[in-house]
Amino acid sequence: MVDEIDEYTIDDDFEKPKRAKAPFIKYLREDRLPHIFCPGCGNGTIINTFFKGMEEANIDFENVAMVSGIGCSSRIPGYIKCDSLHTTHGRALSFATGLKVSNPDLDVVVFTGDGDCASIGGNHLIHAARRNINLTVICINNNIYGMTGGQISPTSPKGSYGSTAPYGNRDKPFHLAELVAAAGATYVARWTTVQVESAAKSIEKGLKNKGFSFIEIVSQCPTYFGRKNKMKTPVKMMDHIKNSTIYINNTKLMSEHELADKIVVGEFVDKSAPEFTDNLQELSKENYGDKTLRRSAFLKNFDENKE
Amino acid sequence: MVEKLFIQGNEACALGAIKAGCRFFAGYPITPSTEVAENLARLLPKYGGSFVQMEDEISSMGAVIGASWGGSKAMTATSGPGISLMQENLGYAFMTETPLVIVNVQRGSPSTGQPTMASQSDMMQVRWGSHGDYEPIALSPSSVQEYFDFTIKAFNLSEKYRVPVFLMTEESIGHMREKISIPKSVDLVARKEPTMSPDEFLPFKNRKNATNPMPAFGDGYKVHVSGLTHNEIGYPDTNNPKTHAVLVKRLCNKILKNREKITSVKSEFTDDADVVVVCYGAPVRSVTTAVKEAREEGIKAGYLKINTPWPFPDDDVKAVCESAKDIIVPEMNLGQMVHEVERVFAGDAEVHLLSKIGGELPKPSEVLNAIKSVGGN
Amino acid sequence: MRKEIRIAGFGGQGVILAGIIIGKAASLFDNINAVQTQSYGPEARGGASKCDVVISDEEIDYPKVENPDILVAMSHEALIKYMVDLKQGATLIIDPDMVQEDDIKDFIKERDLTVYHAKATATTVNEIHLKIVANIVMVGAITKATGIVSEEAARKSILDSVPKGTENKNIDAFEAGMRIVEA
Repeated sequence: MVDEIDEYTIDDDFEKPKRAKAPFIKYLREDRLPHIFCPGCGNGTIINTFFKGMEEANIDFENVAMVSGIGCSSRIPGYIKCDSLHTTHGRALSFATGLKVSNPDLDVVVFTGDGDCASIGGNHLIHAARRNINLTVICINNNIYGMTGGQISPTSPKGSYGSTAPYGNRDKPFHLAELVAAAGATYVARWTTVQVESAAKSIEKGLKNKGFSFIEIVSQCPTYFGRKNKMKTPVKMMDHIKNSTIYINNTKLMSEHELADKIVVGEFVDKSAPEFTDNLQELSKENYGDKTLRRSAFLKNFDENKE
Repeated sequence: MVEKLFIQGNEACALGAIKAGCRFFAGYPITPSTEVAENLARLLPKYGGSFVQMEDEISSMGAVIGASWGGSKAMTATSGPGISLMQENLGYAFMTETPLVIVNVQRGSPSTGQPTMASQSDMMQVRWGSHGDYEPIALSPSSVQEYFDFTIKAFNLSEKYRVPVFLMTEESIGHMREKISIPKSVDLVARKEPTMSPDEFLPFKNRKNATNPMPAFGDGYKVHVSGLTHNEIGYPDTNNPKTHAVLVKRLCNKILKNREKITSVKSEFTDDADVVVVCYGAPVRSVTTAVKEAREEGIKAGYLKINTPWPFPDDDVKAVCESAKDIIVPEMNLGQMVHEVERVFAGDAEVHLLSKIGGELPKPSEVLNAIKSVGGN
Repeated sequence: MRKEIRIAGFGGQGVILAGIIIGKAASLFDNINAVQTQSYGPEARGGASKCDVVISDEEIDYPKVENPDILVAMSHEALIKYMVDLKQGATLIIDPDMVQEDDIKDFIKERDLTVYHAKATATTVNEIHLKIVANIVMVGAITKATGIVSEEAARKSILDSVPKGTENKNIDAFEAGMRIVEA
């Protein structure tokens, strides 16, 4: 029997690991560091995972533009050295739609959270999926409103506690990957901060997919979700996430009841369908003879012959 | 070659947008503005532009802002209920200095009100509707020709000052058909690109009463655009009182300190007028008839037509109405712009509201009666 | 001279298009000024529909019709609703199959109206064999009876306003209207 280690005690003899190399620091706005994320937050892991997926997908970083709404996860684009719109709560996908239509050559990535995209932005989420517009959405689902101090969200598990659910959450949560799949997205996956390799692979596939890609990553918020739900430390939270995880292929014979407390991970959709901005380009070619005009705001004269 | 057409106001607006270089429209159907969207859905693909019907007005405004940062001249069109939904993202557009044009074809309100009837009840909504301090530009046409001309002007002002610009019209002008002339070419203000390198360029620089250049996403400037209080680079700096004060004052001053360059008015018979009717939008059509009739009856009446309700043309109104003892302000609401006129005169002249709600224009006879009752004796 | 015209009926009869054609004929092809306005309710078909046109050789300030010089009534409901606004000595054009003229005999006398009859609906069905051009028959009747726009301008305006492929039928309808209108 090994004594359980009190996680708050630091063993003096413990040899601190050397600081890991940070190969992705080149993509960050170093002048904005340190960031605002809490120790143990999953956002850092996910940023790393994103860059791994991006490099694997051979996406040119210079061509990436990011859009986000409001919340902890929506602060991510502000630390990344690319064009970024940090917009209003829940509306990131509508800004991203305008940006992508205006310049379909950009690789537009949306960082969002469970409150941002599933609650206040739920309508924009299902319509962006329905249009199959070529956006890659990384949804960091931590089951809580972190930035405002721990209120329950539409994905908070039944029975979990939050500052607005002091007697436990009575509502049934949304399953985001399943929701977005039903709405028409062409690539949908769910992973957690524990399965970074799989998540990176899905981000790679999502970036390559010509259509609406939704990668939900279940993440830990030790500060609010953990503290209110008897999982104060990041390790405890990640243990809980790991133990709750079940692969989608193993769920076929399981009832809804059996799956109630599980996090189903894997790829939910991987298909191809006509893409929204492609359709607009085709319409433009038929009526205008060319793809849609880029950077029209900077033009002093418009091609009169074409008009 | 000038092309002559007999068309509806909302169609003239769509044609004006195309002429102005608008190549992106996002919107949601709403009476009485829908014809703007319908015409642009037909026209934009012929000019290399994109039309997107969004899921609501909230997302329409978001898409227009996104498209503007993507490098397109972008617009949306709606009516009062739609503007209510757009206010949140409009605030973002003011905060991030995003050029775009919003058409508001006003209908009877509050709430769903009178979809097919005219009003001017959103004049304060567009001034103060989103939370916070900001200075919008609004243009108000009185004819189908002006609706076309002002649409182009709206895009030009929007690009020049990096600010959202409203076209405040009413159902009456939106659905009215008149002859208009479409010139072959018009003067356009193109967006100013940064000339500095990305390392030196500050997209939100604190320049005195001047507008910063604006790159498009993908140009290599790697701009961070945030609705949070931000510094000159664009980085959030929310707890620094000075950053906030400097930013918000700059956003307001770039409009207020250029007020005389932005505003425009038209006046007739005001030199010796005892009574001046200060008007804007569709009621101008009734006022011109009434003032001419008053003059025929020997009454010293004149009128001042405000083309740009926002920023309010304080100096023009003051100068033109100097000799007037009485000012009449006809409005299709219960009194909104009249408060601005009262503020400008501050007791120097009697300001009278001629209010008409219900959806119909004030009749020339009603304006004439008002002129006679205040000072025409 | 400012002339005010009101064309009224029920939704779906095409009174708005008739007004647009008259306004366009005056402004683009007779080169004077015209303003067309309309009022409509929430229903797309049925219900009352009215289209107003102001025509003048001077600039038109006030765009609305207050007291029509010409009222064209394509339904009895529209006739009763709008006739009270007519000027003294104005012109009234009615489709006798759609209204009961007897009901308003005294009013016609009182207001000293000149009444024209154009069996637009019947003519459309019997002669043109296309139900939906009753409004264009009325445009012919208005043109002939009032001379508010020239015949040439009206023809050009019709050709400029109707869907491609329907030009001949519409010109037939216009000519029928010119022919059948009678005092």
